[in-house]
Amino acid sequence: MKSCLVVDDSKVIRKVARRILEELDFDIREAVDGQDALDSCLNDLPDVVLLDWNMPVMNGLDFLKALRASEGGDKPVVVFCTTENDMSHISAAISAGADEYIMKPFDREIIESKFSQVGII
Amino acid sequence: MRKEDFELLSKILKERSGLVLSEDKIYLLESRLTPIARKKGMETLDDLINEVRLRRKEDLLSEITDAMTTNESFFFRDNTPFDLFREDVLPGLLQSRASSKRLRIWCAAASTGQEPYSLAIILSELEAKLSGWKIDIVGTDLSRSVLDKARAGIYSQFEVQRGLPIKLLMKYFTQAGEMWQISEKIRKMVTYKPFNLLDSFAALGTFDVIFCRNVLIYFHQDTKAQVLDRLRRQLPADGTLFLGAAETVLGLSDKFKPVPGKRGMYVTADHADQVRKAG
Repeated sequence: MKSCLVVDDSKVIRKVARRILEELDFDIREAVDGQDALDSCLNDLPDVVLLDWNMPVMNGLDFLKALRASEGGDKPVVVFCTTENDMSHISAAISAGADEYIMKPFDREIIESKFSQVGII
Repeated sequence: MRKEDFELLSKILKERSGLVLSEDKIYLLESRLTPIARKKGMETLDDLINEVRLRRKEDLLSEITDAMTTNESFFFRDNTPFDLFREDVLPGLLQSRASSKRLRIWCAAASTGQEPYSLAIILSELEAKLSGWKIDIVGTDLSRSVLDKARAGIYSQFEVQRGLPIKLLMKYFTQAGEMWQISEKIRKMVTYKPFNLLDSFAALGTFDVIFCRNVLIYFHQDTKAQVLDRLRRQLPADGTLFLGAAETVLGLSDKFKPVPGKRGMYVTADHADQVRKAG
C-alpha cells in the first residue's frame, strides 16, 4: 500500500482528501502545516504528498523547497492542492519541484486523474 | 412523464440524431429538458411537450436534440486511445505517408473539443518530427452549440483538470478570469463542422484515422452496423478506427477487426487479412 501525506490546515479538507485517497487504497498520514509536514517527512518519507499552499507556520511552497533540498527528498511525488489558481503560482510550484497541481475545489475525479498522470495509481 | 409524451420525444430524437432512448432514461429527458422549458418562460416540462406537439418549431426541436445528445467530455479521455495514437498509429503513418506528408484525422463526435484538441496537443508536442507535414483534424458533431464552445476553446477550471497534465495546461492555455482558453495555435489545427452521422460521409473525404468514441452506444443495432460500414468507406485499407471503451464491432460489422491487446483500436478487415497472409 502506498503512503500519502495530506498537508492542509483545514480539518475538513484533510477529512475529504483522506476519504477519497483511502478509497484509492492509500495509507494516509496528516499534517497541519508545512513544518509539521517536514517533520513527518524527515521521520519517514511518504510516496506522495498532497499539499496545500497557504498555511500558518510554514507554507506549502517553503515546505516543498525544504523537502526537495533534504536527503531523499526528491523521491516523493508532490501534488499541490490549493485555491491559488493563477499561472504565476502554478509556475512557481512546478519550478520548485511539484509534480502536479490541483486547483480547489477538487473532487474524486480530479484527484484520480492527477494521481494517475503522475503514475502513482 | 406520460407514455405518449415519452414516445413523442423519443421518436423526434431517433429521427433527428439516431439516438435511441429507452424508458429507463426518462429521468434524463426530465433533467435536461426542464431547464429549456424554464428558459422559454414555461411553467413545466408538460408545457414544453405541448408546444412541441402543437407547433414542431425547428429551433425548439434542435435545442431539445442538442440537450439530449450532448455529453460531458474531457481531455485525453480514457488515456489509452491517445497513447495508442501517439505510440502505435502515428509512427506507422509517419513511415507510410512519408512521400505525401499528409494526414487527415476525423473526430466524429467532437463534442466540446477536448478530443480533437488532445490530438492536436499530441501532434504539437511532436512538431519537430512533423515539420513539412500537412495535418488536418476535422471535428464534427450534431450539436452546433457544442461546436461553438469547441471553436472558442474556453474551459472551466474543472474541465481543464480532468485528464490534462498541469505542464500541458501551462504550455497550451492562457487564463481568462475563471476560465482557461486553449492557445490559438492549437485551435487553428482543428476544423469544426456540424454534421449528423446519419447523413452521407462523402463530402468529408477520406481519413487516415477516425475517432468515433462513445456515440455508437446511443444507436440501435442496425444504425450502429450501418455507421460502421460507412466509416470503413472513409478509410484506406491501412486506416485506423477508434471506438469507445464500451463499444465494439463484434456482431455488427465484418469490415473492421479489433487489434488484440489494444483496447478500442480497430483496423480494416482487408488490412487484417493482408497481415495474416504476410505472416
